[in-house]
Amino acid sequence: MSADMEENVLELQGVVMTFGGLMALSDLNFKVRRGMIKAIIGPNGAGKTTLFNVITGSFPPTQGTVTFNGRPIQHLKAHKIADRGISRTFQTVELFGNMTVLENVMLGCYTRIRTSFIASGFVLPRSRRKEKQIRETALKILKFIGLADKFKDSADSLPLGEQKLLEIGRALASEPELICLDEPAAGLNETETHVASSLIKAINAKGTTVLLVEHDMKVVMNISDEILVLNYGRKIAEGPPEDIRNSPMVIEAYLGADA
Amino acid sequence: MLRIAKLPIAVFALFILVFPWTARQIPAIEHYPDIMVFAGIYCLITIGLSLLMGYAGQISIGHAAFFGIGAYISGILTVNYGMNPWACMGIGMVVTAVVAALVGTPSLKLKGHYLAMATLAFGIIIFIIFNEETQWTGGPDGMSGIPGLSLFGFEFDSVERYYYLVWGVVIAAFIFTANVIQSGTGRALRAIHASESAAGAMGVDVARFKILVFVYSAVLASLAGSFYAHYLNFINPATFDLFFSIKLLIMIALGGMHNIWGAIVGTGLITFLSNEWLQYFEEFEVIVYGAILLFVTVILPEGLAGVPGIVKGWFRR
Amino acid sequence: MEKITLASQLLQYLITGLTVGSVYAMVAVGFNIIYNVTEIINFAQGEFVMLGGLIMVFLHVAMGLPLILAFPATIILVTLVGILLDRLAIRPIRRPSVLTLIIATIAVSIIIKGTASFIWGKDPFDLPAFSGRNPITFLGAVVQPQYFWVIGFLIITAIALSIFFDRTIIGKAMSACADNPDAASLVGINVKQMILLSFALSAAIGAVAGITITPISLMEYDRGAMLAVKGFAAAILGGLGSFPGAILGGLIMGSIESFGAGLVSSGYKDAFALIVLLVILFFKPSGLMGSIEISKIKRF
Repeated sequence: MSADMEENVLELQGVVMTFGGLMALSDLNFKVRRGMIKAIIGPNGAGKTTLFNVITGSFPPTQGTVTFNGRPIQHLKAHKIADRGISRTFQTVELFGNMTVLENVMLGCYTRIRTSFIASGFVLPRSRRKEKQIRETALKILKFIGLADKFKDSADSLPLGEQKLLEIGRALASEPELICLDEPAAGLNETETHVASSLIKAINAKGTTVLLVEHDMKVVMNISDEILVLNYGRKIAEGPPEDIRNSPMVIEAYLGADA
Repeated sequence: MLRIAKLPIAVFALFILVFPWTARQIPAIEHYPDIMVFAGIYCLITIGLSLLMGYAGQISIGHAAFFGIGAYISGILTVNYGMNPWACMGIGMVVTAVVAALVGTPSLKLKGHYLAMATLAFGIIIFIIFNEETQWTGGPDGMSGIPGLSLFGFEFDSVERYYYLVWGVVIAAFIFTANVIQSGTGRALRAIHASESAAGAMGVDVARFKILVFVYSAVLASLAGSFYAHYLNFINPATFDLFFSIKLLIMIALGGMHNIWGAIVGTGLITFLSNEWLQYFEEFEVIVYGAILLFVTVILPEGLAGVPGIVKGWFRR
Repeated sequence: MEKITLASQLLQYLITGLTVGSVYAMVAVGFNIIYNVTEIINFAQGEFVMLGGLIMVFLHVAMGLPLILAFPATIILVTLVGILLDRLAIRPIRRPSVLTLIIATIAVSIIIKGTASFIWGKDPFDLPAFSGRNPITFLGAVVQPQYFWVIGFLIITAIALSIFFDRTIIGKAMSACADNPDAASLVGINVKQMILLSFALSAAIGAVAGITITPISLMEYDRGAMLAVKGFAAAILGGLGSFPGAILGGLIMGSIESFGAGLVSSGYKDAFALIVLLVILFFKPSGLMGSIEISKIKRF
């Protein structure tokens, strides 16, 4: 597949996002290399979640292009982008509370394996096999993220830390090339954060490119290959963690916050 | 909640099979199979509505319209053009599917109250059309002379035969819908109910699914309407009014919105209330329905299907 | 013999439209009052109008109470119904969701309708007009004086409400609840009481509409649902939550209906408002005076 020849999994060019009179993202250009962990940081309101929403198709950018494996995706709807191989988690956990832990991850397989409505009504052997496959994949992922023993529990009965892990697990089920994690450590205590970080590194080790938005600087510095700093919707710095840590512009942008 | 077990379905099918014979033995309930025909017809509608409202989380207060469209297409085509009733049933379902898709597509963007009001307005508009287009529908006086159903010479001309026909279809629809609920498609629907944005992010074409489920529920209602027309041999617009749409809502709410069995139980109870138990209390009928709906909404949000859970909760204390 | 010109015919439709539209406007205003404080759409709104008419019939015609007494007494009684609606159907709901609240208000509307049919039966009732039935000739159109009473009461209601919300403490408290219930309760406003008040106020306005319109179009037990839908259409047309929008929307809706019935088809009279509602919902749910941003923020 030509995708392997693309060095950059994701590329943004000239992306602008305006809401009414507010410019949330302005002339954004950056690349995400295959296999890297790239973090996006910035003060609150810098436009980080808006950026994620544009990439994953919640809404199209006002201007600019988003390219995935060389093909433009900025005009595609969210579910089509998911089909292409981008998966995501949400800043405030958006699990399916009306389903079990296992079912949440099983839903994650939807882009890979699905049956039509009509076929679902008649339980054909092929559907049964697909369902078994989905179940096995989901259980494997639950083992990978450490939630295998809670597979029957209702998703909203989990504590926040495990909910965030589950959301990541659900995003993994589609075997994405790029996974976008929106503040995976938000609201977590030190132990939970450590678990989340390790999980992200393990995911990356398996070959998935990771793009994450995060406020927790320890996590960012610890796991990222590259960091991009956003302020007022603009890129103000980009580079490996050591460069960002010492950048005067970044420190100034964060003045008053934990740096 | 998701394993829709096969055993209860088998037991229920057995009950349905045996019921008419049993009823014949007891004079007091001899006429119950007739009421059960209506219950079955309404169950066809509520099974679809249950999928739409309970599992996919949408709302429709206008489903009487689809029930009516099926009934009137069957009526008009068989009476005025002498067409084969089964073919007309199919045509009715196709027409209804088209109408549902046309109404459903712009309605997609609507949520909550807006969607409720849109379906309500649609339902009333169709009702007005039934009343006004007298040359086609016979207007408020209705249309009579609708033929019964027969298959290869076998006439469904008795209550019992029609009973088995209708309930056969109901059980088939039930099993089909239950299968959908337990499948990956059913998961996708429940995901839409829980979080449309997350479902979309996981590859679920939310818009398409919403229309699909809406159309499915409308088609079932149309089928029910055709059966209704061929059973009573007479239809008039009053049957397909806003109040009937609300009654459908009560049936599902009473049984339990998030449970497909709830549709069957609730529909059965309300039908018997309607046609039998409240017969002599006609002035109170409407108040009773309102009270049931209010009671269920405030005290028993999961409907009767939630009762076992509540009782279990008591015992745990 | 007087020549009925097209112009006077159109004027006739317009005045009828404004009159009927005043009722829709009052229903729409009632919707907005409750919606602004609670984000609930009260499906039972139309029943308040129906009750206003029928209770007035009972007090004024059956019991013989003079108009001056029967009018406020009716309003008080209907207001009590509104309070009951909040206390018995809205407040007790443990986990309010949009769907649950919709269904709760539908349930109450059926109960009210059923009770009305039980008490008054299914026949329509008439009320004597406030100032007689001698038609007034106005620029070539022949109009019942009651029409002006209806439009007049809309104006009075609008003025009274704007004074209430802008100048009185309670009114301002209610507006505060509408904007931000958490902040409002932090400064000591009893949000639950404000919700109760919103239902009471909506009921009262509905009653006024019902009392004034019955001498023109009679009133029967099942008028409520149609009034609610059309009033909702008016509210949406003007932008949900906006009072001037509600009034404008109501008057426009009434006029569309009147012109439609007169010029196109009287059988489809009710359908016009519904079609307009669908068109707005499908193409511009924020209405004439709302804005997309606001309607997106509303928590549906």
